Amino acid sequence: MPTVSMKVNGDTVSGEVEGRTLLVEFLRDTLGLTGTHVGCDTSQCGACVVHVDGKAVKACTALALACEGQSVTTIEGLAKNGALHPMQEAFRENHGLQCGFCTPGMIMSAVDIVKRNGKKVKEATIRAELDGNICRCTGYHNIVKAIQDGASKM
Amino acid sequence: MHDFNYHRPTKAADAQKLIKKHKDGALMSGGMTLVPTMKQRLAAPSDIIDLTGLGNSGVKVLKTKVTVHAGTTHAEVATDKDLKKAIPSLCALAGGIGDPHVRNCGTIGGSIANNDPAADYPAALVALDATVVTSKRKLSADKFFKGMFETALSRDEIVMAVEFPIPDKSGYAKFPNPASRYAMVGVYVADHGKGNVRVAVTGAGAGVFRQKAMEKALSADFSANAVSGIATKADDLNEDIHASAEYRAHLVGVMAKRAVAGAK
Amino acid sequence: MSDTGIGARVARKEDHRFITGNGRYTDDINLPKQAYAYFLRSPHAHAEIKKIDTKKAQKADGVLGVFTGDDTSADGIGGLICGWMIHSKDGSPMKAGPHPVLAQGKVRYVGDHVAVVVAETYQQAKSAAELINVSYKELDAVVETAKAQSRGAPKVHDEAARNTIFEWELGDKAATDAAFDKAAHVTKLDIVNNRLIPNAIEPRAAIGSYDRGEDHFTLYTTSQNPHVARLVIAAFVGVAPEHKLRVIAPDVGGGFGSKIFIYAEEVVCLWASKKIGGRPVKWTGERSESFMADAHGRDHVTKAELALDGEGKILGLRAKTIANLGAYMSTFSSSVPTYLYATLLSGQYNIANIYCEVDAVYTNTAPVDAYRGAGRPEATFVVERLVETAAREMNIDPAELRRRNFVKEFPHQTPVIMCYDAGDYDASLDKALELADYSGFDARRKSSEKKGKLRGIGFSNYIEACGIAPSAAVGSLGAGVGLWESAEVRVNPTGNVEILTGSHSHGQGHETTFAQLVSDRLGIGIDQVQIVHGDTDKVQFGMGTYGSRSGAVGMTAIDKALDKIEAKAKKVAAHMMEASEGDIEFKEGSFTVKGTDKAMAFGEVALAAYVAHYAPTDDFEPGLKEGAFHDPSNFTFPAGCHICEVEIDPDTGVTEIVNWTAVDDFGTVINPMIVEGQVHGGIAQGVGQALTEGCVYDTDSGQLLTGSYMDYCMPRAGDLPSFQLGFTETKCPSNPLGLKGCGEAGAIAAPAALMNAITDAVGVNDIAMPASPQTVWQAVQSASSKQAAE
Repeated sequence: MPTVSMKVNGDTVSGEVEGRTLLVEFLRDTLGLTGTHVGCDTSQCGACVVHVDGKAVKACTALALACEGQSVTTIEGLAKNGALHPMQEAFRENHGLQCGFCTPGMIMSAVDIVKRNGKKVKEATIRAELDGNICRCTGYHNIVKAIQDGASKM
Repeated sequence: MHDFNYHRPTKAADAQKLIKKHKDGALMSGGMTLVPTMKQRLAAPSDIIDLTGLGNSGVKVLKTKVTVHAGTTHAEVATDKDLKKAIPSLCALAGGIGDPHVRNCGTIGGSIANNDPAADYPAALVALDATVVTSKRKLSADKFFKGMFETALSRDEIVMAVEFPIPDKSGYAKFPNPASRYAMVGVYVADHGKGNVRVAVTGAGAGVFRQKAMEKALSADFSANAVSGIATKADDLNEDIHASAEYRAHLVGVMAKRAVAGAK
Repeated sequence: MSDTGIGARVARKEDHRFITGNGRYTDDINLPKQAYAYFLRSPHAHAEIKKIDTKKAQKADGVLGVFTGDDTSADGIGGLICGWMIHSKDGSPMKAGPHPVLAQGKVRYVGDHVAVVVAETYQQAKSAAELINVSYKELDAVVETAKAQSRGAPKVHDEAARNTIFEWELGDKAATDAAFDKAAHVTKLDIVNNRLIPNAIEPRAAIGSYDRGEDHFTLYTTSQNPHVARLVIAAFVGVAPEHKLRVIAPDVGGGFGSKIFIYAEEVVCLWASKKIGGRPVKWTGERSESFMADAHGRDHVTKAELALDGEGKILGLRAKTIANLGAYMSTFSSSVPTYLYATLLSGQYNIANIYCEVDAVYTNTAPVDAYRGAGRPEATFVVERLVETAAREMNIDPAELRRRNFVKEFPHQTPVIMCYDAGDYDASLDKALELADYSGFDARRKSSEKKGKLRGIGFSNYIEACGIAPSAAVGSLGAGVGLWESAEVRVNPTGNVEILTGSHSHGQGHETTFAQLVSDRLGIGIDQVQIVHGDTDKVQFGMGTYGSRSGAVGMTAIDKALDKIEAKAKKVAAHMMEASEGDIEFKEGSFTVKGTDKAMAFGEVALAAYVAHYAPTDDFEPGLKEGAFHDPSNFTFPAGCHICEVEIDPDTGVTEIVNWTAVDDFGTVINPMIVEGQVHGGIAQGVGQALTEGCVYDTDSGQLLTGSYMDYCMPRAGDLPSFQLGFTETKCPSNPLGLKGCGEAGAIAAPAALMNAITDAVGVNDIAMPASPQTVWQAVQSASSKQAAE
């Protein structure tokens, strides 16, 4: 079996994988990082969003081997030195989550949205940028609020 | 997903050798369609030749022409500063493909080689009269796209770049499928000057097609009013649970108007 | 109000694990030596199984076992049950066919479970399943609700002639017919309540694990009610007796009803673990499996009529509904289109005469059961579409017509069982009209017209029966179980508290709101309270979470247990402070002796209760732990008014929701932030039903055409606006906390408000749900050609 090495949340990791092993499977099954979730099989729900070399991608549609040598950040790597990322705080403060299943992908997308659109990102932009993240619980109202709040504190 | 051997060549020549050697292999450039298809076990290539290792990406804007390398992601096309000045509608189109995560991975080369009948790029290539540069030859967009999921590419031919002439004005309007966000109807209009207007429609039919009646009308008068009342025949258009052929035909007219109105 | 007590807008305790990726959902759990299951499903909607050849699959790489219905029946594994008996008009019991966990000779819908492969890896199991050779004899399928009872329609189950499970009625037919006879105006609507696929973002999953040493089973599963699952699996399916089965529902990623039910996959994983010698067997559903085989929701076809006098006073309501229950009767499927539906047809109105007939039918589609709102959205849709249409037809302002008919005195006995206990429907309407700036609507409509857009406004004055449910009442109506709830309060020697609840939280925030109740009662912070749920080994029997019941029923059980804690603690405090029990007062966490400055903190009393050095043995026992069961005396009746405003692009048929106002009366609100979140989510699901979502089967082949997010349109952030919420409050008199429940309100109210707004904008009486751009565009076309003809 081929081996893959990459940086995950700052740590260099490697493991044996198959050609077909998806990044999300490598994270969840090999590394035990189960914060990244799988909610669909057609790359639409966004529960699996992680950052690869600083870009938000769906880990269910990336091959693990294609991430050789790259740097991956998952929800588990967002808090630094025990301090929550402002976006994590904002989701909690604004009740931007209910069942929590879509939340890791939502937060990773949110951080990416703010990085690309700035601290004063508008509601309409946030809603459009969330096209690749489905939440069944919140009606998005508080997610949008949380992202605006988190943006101002990032 | 069935297992496969994964290759990530760094040179185009190596990629070509690999695809030649592995008769049941497949090229991948972003994988936004191929990976989900393999997950559903609807495709089971023996080998995947991942083209992202070629480093063949970037946008080059010259005076009359833009070259977009095949490995350029939709996000890169959408945000390219020079391209925004040269062909803003192409940036807007790329910025409306899929969702942000798809745009970060999907590439122009992968998209056009796949030729999904509901993809956005084919409309841009046809309307802009682009040239597809492959590992073997150059092809006009009109000749490149061959109907549903079919192109003129041979098995071992790799898309290297797309060359777009810079039009006077162009615009794209898309009516997304409410579920998938693919184009249910997308219309790209481009005014190349001297009465040369091209109108390409995606999503509505078996593949991208030109709306010649609209081209004629717009060549005489490049305005939204000019396309009013020009019907598109529903006969050959797609029908599914989201849209009848008749509705699609109607939307071609509406989107054409909006594309012209928004053309820059 | 304390900082973290009732009414406080505190951030959720459970969030930390979710926002840091440390939630623990079923698929996050992996047990040593775990194997994986893959289910081979029927590709046909209806077929006889001639033969299943598993030989090749048995020999495939990594395969540990391949099992079919022959194997489960050889082991005496029973079928799944429907736990609510409905009797037809003629007194005969409902005609339910068997519901095997793996198909027995026949498949009845696309996705029906034919066989299971257990292998070392999931991919091996899936590959081996491709080697199973099933010979089918395809049969014609019946798919459409309205056609299920037609002469010559293919028969889904031999037990049910004309595919009819029951023909049920509620209300007084003769009196209602008489009311219609004297009506000045009758409004008629043909209503289709579209079938929905629940789509909790966490797909169902299970790990079944058999311990050979202990002869004991454990099931990890995505369940809203683990005890009920254990009861059914033990008593009816017969995999293991109750005391040899532990069911754990850890973090669950949304349910919306779909995770109430006992499904084949979970049961089979449990059974298969023993079959392969005790290795755990894990199954995680793919989304495509959720689409095919999760219980769907709604799917009614109704003819509805409203009779009014010349002044717009409602005289009677008549409805005839055909409810599609799919290919098998799921756990609570029979209750949804009957007692959860027709009992709410009085809406917020004083309607003297109501008569409803419901035929439940089998079809070759996935089973249909409770989905957020369950029966009540269907009822609200019938009532509120009728009332709005009547107002338009009679040229009466829709708010005014409603007002003329509101129930104003409580308690109010409706002609359809329910007795409304409290409410103020004028108050919620008034507040909603103000928040929505109803008086400014005409001006807004004109400015939309100038932009070439069609603007419309729609109301939905919903009522629901929640706090499910009084056991005696539901028992008399056919329920197989009582619907009380249980709680245990364990005060630890150091003064912090564990609450064991039979409710289950899968997004509702119980870990916070339940703790707020304890905080309020005991005067301790919510960080001193741990809510324990979802594990039958830890928690006493409980009924789980659905039907907006966890506040009104579950919290009341906790409240009752806290009464006992307080009483016991007072006894301890009295003894410690050498006072008489009657002189002890408890307030804000402190026990004091009336008329003295003697005081003990709650924690000190807790410690004393456990140290027990001074406990007189003849008077009381050491310790501070109490339990309670609460069986409500009535349903609760949340109600409110939603007003929706839309703008439609007539060129494309695209509907934009430009304004959404919701004013709800949930009685006491424990945590406004969480309650608002429940309303937002409910509205989004209701908007989904009305605007984007609809399950579509091919009417001939029975193939599921909306089998993925590529075709089933989930509402996304861009499809929804921000919502404007308001609250009014009348306390619920049937529980001490005054709670009514808030989990389903949005989903119940929203579809009618939205469809009333869209039909108002387009100027037609009815548009089918979901009002997709194409559907609305067609309606605009036909409305304008009709106008042109006039």
